[in-house]
Amino acid sequence: MKALIRDLHSTVLEFVRTFGAFQLFFLRLLRHTPKMLLKRPRLVIKQIYNAGALSLVIIMVCGFFVGAVLGLLGHNILARFNAEDAIGTLVAFALIKQLGPVFTALLFAGRAGTALSSEIGLMKATDQLSAMEMMAVNPVRRVLVPRFVGASVALPLLVAIFICVGLLGAHLVTIELLQVDAGAFWQQMRLALADKDIFEFIVKSVAFGIVAGLIAVWEGYNAIPTAEGVGLATTRTVVITAISVLILNFMITAVLL
Amino acid sequence: MQQTRSVEIGTGLFVLLGMSALFFLTTQTTGGQDFSAADTFEVEARFENVGSLKDRAPVAMSGVTIGRVTSVTFDPVTLEAKVLFVIDSQYDQIPDDSDASILTSGLLGSQYIGLQAGGSDIYLEDGGEILFTQSAIVLENLIGKFLVNAGSSKD
Repeated sequence: MKALIRDLHSTVLEFVRTFGAFQLFFLRLLRHTPKMLLKRPRLVIKQIYNAGALSLVIIMVCGFFVGAVLGLLGHNILARFNAEDAIGTLVAFALIKQLGPVFTALLFAGRAGTALSSEIGLMKATDQLSAMEMMAVNPVRRVLVPRFVGASVALPLLVAIFICVGLLGAHLVTIELLQVDAGAFWQQMRLALADKDIFEFIVKSVAFGIVAGLIAVWEGYNAIPTAEGVGLATTRTVVITAISVLILNFMITAVLL
Repeated sequence: MQQTRSVEIGTGLFVLLGMSALFFLTTQTTGGQDFSAADTFEVEARFENVGSLKDRAPVAMSGVTIGRVTSVTFDPVTLEAKVLFVIDSQYDQIPDDSDASILTSGLLGSQYIGLQAGGSDIYLEDGGEILFTQSAIVLENLIGKFLVNAGSSKD
């Protein structure tokens, strides 16, 4: 019994410690960010390319089909009430407020987050990070900051692209295939959406970008430097990002509703 | 060198694409009610029932948006709804005996105020009031009346 309590105690303590270390790590990254942006912008650009431009295909294809299926399903249900004209509103609300940011963040964790954490983890396992320290190069500044910034910049842009392609998908399905009036589709959407909804999507995508980038970099940096450890870090990146994004999404929605 | 160049071009294209998507979302998907004129004048109208008219709802004349609602309040003295709205001051030749009615855009659309021109020589000015108003049509009342009529016509 005593051993059990001690066990629990140390588990809780370990969790709190990790959480605290995570916050400090975030502050450390932020402190190095402005200097890095000014002195070595090329490193950041390279990471925006890796995290953003290379994720374009998956984001656009997924966005298109998410929008298309929303249009199809929404039309099926709205047609029962003869309210097909409201399909634009439905798709736009779903994409802009919820599906766009969340879906993109989850895809991003799978496509770019894993790449980041395995890359950094492997650098650690092959002692590249230690080598940098030996050469008086700060690996946090040289390796982690550009990757974190790249991910945080790329995700909001990807979310915007996802939503636009999703709207295009819904447009093609409902207007070209299901013969909904195009004017009604766009006009009803414009009437229903307010600036507040766009604000919500911007807040969400920026927050998710920071969270996804931070977790990927943290997991890679703290990976156990073995083949197994790197694999574990990649898995944890996806799991933790997915959980944090969904919890954060609920909280932001509740606050901004 | 060639490689960094293609990376830079790729990044540039990606950022431009993202920015234009963001621009499209912020400007094209909202603002069906984005009436914004620098110079406006305020007009008041009292309705028996405003239905679900909200702030920022459009004010239209012949279907063209010329203003928007700024406040919807209840007047405890006259027991009516008091609606204040602003009209772009370039439309300064609206007869003061025009009438205002609360209409719905489409079957499920939002409500707006429609103005119908009167015949007076005196025009609406800042602080003016529209005297002839028509309340929103509340579907429940309409159905209620229809049912009462249907019941009484049987006898």
